[in-house]
Amino acid sequence: MSVTRLFGASVKRREDPRLITGRGAYTDDIKLPGMLHMAVLRSPYGHARIKAIDTAKAKAHPGVRAVYTGADLLGRMNPIPCAWLIPDSDLKVPAYHALAKDTVRFTGDGVAMVIADDPATARDALDLIDVDYEPLPVVTSQEQAAATGAPQLHDDAPGNLAFHWKFAHGDVDAAFRDAEVVVKHRFVQQRLVPNAMEPRSAVASWNPGAEELLIYNTTQNPHIARFLTAVTTSIPENKIRYIARDVGGGFGSKIPFYPGDALAVFASKDLGLPVKWTEDRRENYVATIHGRDQITEVEMAAKRDGTMTGLRVKALSNMGAYLSTAAPGVPTWLFALIVPGCYTIQNYACDVFGYFTNTTPTDAYRGAGRPEAAFLIERMADLLAAEVKMDPVEIRRKNFIPADAFPYTTAGTLSYDSGNYQAALDKALAMVDYAGLRQKQAELRQQGRYLGIGLSTYVEVCGLAPSAAAGAMGFQGGLWEPATVRVLATGKVVVLTGTNPHGQGEETTFAQMVGDMLGVPVEDVDVVHGDTGAIPMGWGTYGSRTTAVGGTAIYKATVKVIEKAKKLAAHLLEASPDDLEFEQGSFRVKGSPGKAKTIQEIALMANVAWNMPEGMEPGLEESTFHDPTNFTFPFGTHICVVEVDADTGEVKIERYIAVDDVGVVINPMIVDGQVHGGVAQGIGQALYEHAIYDEGGNLITGSMMDYTVPNATQIPTIETARTETPCPHNLTGVKGVGETGTIASTQAVVNAVVDALSPLGISDIEMPLTPERVWRAMRAAQASAAPTGQP
Amino acid sequence: MRQKISVNVNGVPRENEVEPRLLLVQYLRESLNLTGTHIGCDTGQCGACTVLLDGQAVKSCMVLAVQANGAQVRTVESLASGDAYHPVQQAFWDLHGLQCGFCTPGFLMATVSLLQRNPNPTDAEIREQLEGNLCRCTGYQNIVAAVRSAAEKMRAAPAASPTPMPAGAGGE
Ligand code: FES
Ligand code: FES
Repeated sequence: MSVTRLFGASVKRREDPRLITGRGAYTDDIKLPGMLHMAVLRSPYGHARIKAIDTAKAKAHPGVRAVYTGADLLGRMNPIPCAWLIPDSDLKVPAYHALAKDTVRFTGDGVAMVIADDPATARDALDLIDVDYEPLPVVTSQEQAAATGAPQLHDDAPGNLAFHWKFAHGDVDAAFRDAEVVVKHRFVQQRLVPNAMEPRSAVASWNPGAEELLIYNTTQNPHIARFLTAVTTSIPENKIRYIARDVGGGFGSKIPFYPGDALAVFASKDLGLPVKWTEDRRENYVATIHGRDQITEVEMAAKRDGTMTGLRVKALSNMGAYLSTAAPGVPTWLFALIVPGCYTIQNYACDVFGYFTNTTPTDAYRGAGRPEAAFLIERMADLLAAEVKMDPVEIRRKNFIPADAFPYTTAGTLSYDSGNYQAALDKALAMVDYAGLRQKQAELRQQGRYLGIGLSTYVEVCGLAPSAAAGAMGFQGGLWEPATVRVLATGKVVVLTGTNPHGQGEETTFAQMVGDMLGVPVEDVDVVHGDTGAIPMGWGTYGSRTTAVGGTAIYKATVKVIEKAKKLAAHLLEASPDDLEFEQGSFRVKGSPGKAKTIQEIALMANVAWNMPEGMEPGLEESTFHDPTNFTFPFGTHICVVEVDADTGEVKIERYIAVDDVGVVINPMIVDGQVHGGVAQGIGQALYEHAIYDEGGNLITGSMMDYTVPNATQIPTIETARTETPCPHNLTGVKGVGETGTIASTQAVVNAVVDALSPLGISDIEMPLTPERVWRAMRAAQASAAPTGQP
Repeated sequence: MRQKISVNVNGVPRENEVEPRLLLVQYLRESLNLTGTHIGCDTGQCGACTVLLDGQAVKSCMVLAVQANGAQVRTVESLASGDAYHPVQQAFWDLHGLQCGFCTPGFLMATVSLLQRNPNPTDAEIREQLEGNLCRCTGYQNIVAAVRSAAEKMRAAPAASPTPMPAGAGGE
């Protein structure tokens, strides 16, 4: 099959014409006849008992159609489910009511909702609801939550412990007993707010006649949302249709099923009219999931020559007040298995404790567990290098899994299918002129200037996932992906995918692939996603799975279409299928070039079915269900070069190099874009972003004023390059690129800053590396160094 | 007390009665059904709602509809004329200056305004002048490239710069 023309080309995105002209269809753009508007009253307290709620004034307010409290939902709506029930961890899943029953557990917890004729009236009426709260003691950090005597959130989770999950491989105790060097460190992965630019929104429309629900929703995974809606509201799954066509960014925050979604459905069903709910940004900050928030204590055992021999990790994860949809899997499976990274460490143990606190629930945020893992191991590599006085490059080379060792089973029990870590590292070092930079660094140090070079040689696990693995991990779903490829009578092609791209460009990428395979113009291929009414099933877009898993399903379905078309062509050409070749959209009889049928001609006949081979069914449409046999393992080297201002502590990124191996690339322009955006988010964590709670449980960085979403002046130019090691276990060779940038970048920046400041004896600074934090670290280091007279 | 306003939106004269507290962005989206202008924060930080008010880029969540009385408003829906995209739109498409597209209308309008003020900006100037527009997807790199490219094209063919105002782009 010739796959050359479009596959690998920077085809411009077909998503863009509607988006650059303002004709996208985001959920809040939807207006339905008779539509009402919902607003949610949210707890102003981090933790409180609700003694009484008086909704009389709100109900009497002109334009208000209904007011509901938690009491109104009892017996009529099930709690919001958690869908990742990690086994063997004593997991506790306390009931998460869409509106609190008697206790609120974070600022933002739902207390009541108002349905009104317009959004402003709904919001006004919230002020008319009187709630009598009895404030309770608040706990916001996982370390506080773990302490004896800490305020308790849930009766059924003693000690605030949501779970204790363990993993071990090899002989860890022996590794530490025999260690020549042990490096220990405590890392803080600060809490982040995903900040997709489009706030969450739902337009729920119950049809009382047909007893059917149509819901427009900002979700990354409409079929999962459909399932969870059925579980929560008891509306039969076959009576629910989710539409999520244009979604304005997600980064994980639009994976979960939220109370707001369930409430809009409930109200629409109760009132028999469409109900729209769109959160504002303040609400987004408190009521949409947060990410990261993990504290790790790490010990690495090694030999004096720099060989890493053992690793012990204790992680404390802040789960927030309740367990969000995928939350338990993030700091456990998605984090722990990939911690050993690119290295041959075979003795590894990891204990993860998840704690409930009076904060917004945490869940998957771009990379989900894997940025934390890559950060940890890459920071430890640098700390070990400093300890044994090796160059950070050399310590990595020494411990890399060699290129000829794949497939390689790691201490995380993953089977890395392929890799060539040396090649990516070498390429990045050449791009940055590593030797020259070290030289320059030495010169600048003479002048009292602080240049730093930070490496991140990362590997990630994505392409989620073999369904059997998902099941073994307690994920309450499969992670296969279906595809349908349908060629209509006119030769136009419809591709149905259960993934739901929302910026990643697969409407284009998939059309390129199918157009190439069928030999039809890319314009003739339409990719349909985000509609459970059109697409039978699917698991959505996250975990860098869309192209690797969903794309492979489409590839397989297209191969089946070609097989059927070939049989029909043979029939029409009165030839044997074996004598046909298919090239550029035509079936030709080998040796008689005049005898040919185009795919369009075949499609027409298949659809009118006037002259079909014996036993062949009409239509030219095939479906497949692809379940990957393994994860994919993108890898690469990122290098960040910074200069730290000695007077202000400001970090300036001088260069940022990203060499990634994401397997076969279908559209290089889109892949570069994914890397840019991913790196920007990783830099955001390293330098700017931090969700902070005060003692009362108020999110004091609860707006774009107080929480730094990086702007254009804060993100450098990113120099991208690639090596290409095809994924060996799927048909396309694609691995996925949605998360690489974020997983790879944060530690590259922190390693660079620490490297810059290493002459001061600084070995770590907690993120985000704001000028203030860096300045304070420099002053503290200089103060403690001062008595010896060394600068 | 509803107030009567007359606003010229994308070349179409409009007369509406609005609540005094109605934001311009809500007026555009709700009253005129011009949903290309997005709301990312409604507190003036994200720039998703940027439109041109009498030729100046403003965040339409920071302007009341009544303040636009008597003014000319241009939204993203007015940029293309027929099948011909504005050079700024074209450059964003050509150079992959958008992913999810939610921030894009705001960036397009801010860029049109930027290039009116400064037809030949440096990369640093582009980044500084787009500081008020946030994008969570692109890392800004291709946005900067698109603005640079649009500037070049518009300098080369200045006639294309003042976009004709099509009468049919008024929405609803
Ligand atoms: S919506 Fe106006 S600046 Fe964000
Ligand atoms: S393209 Fe998604 S926020 Fe800019």
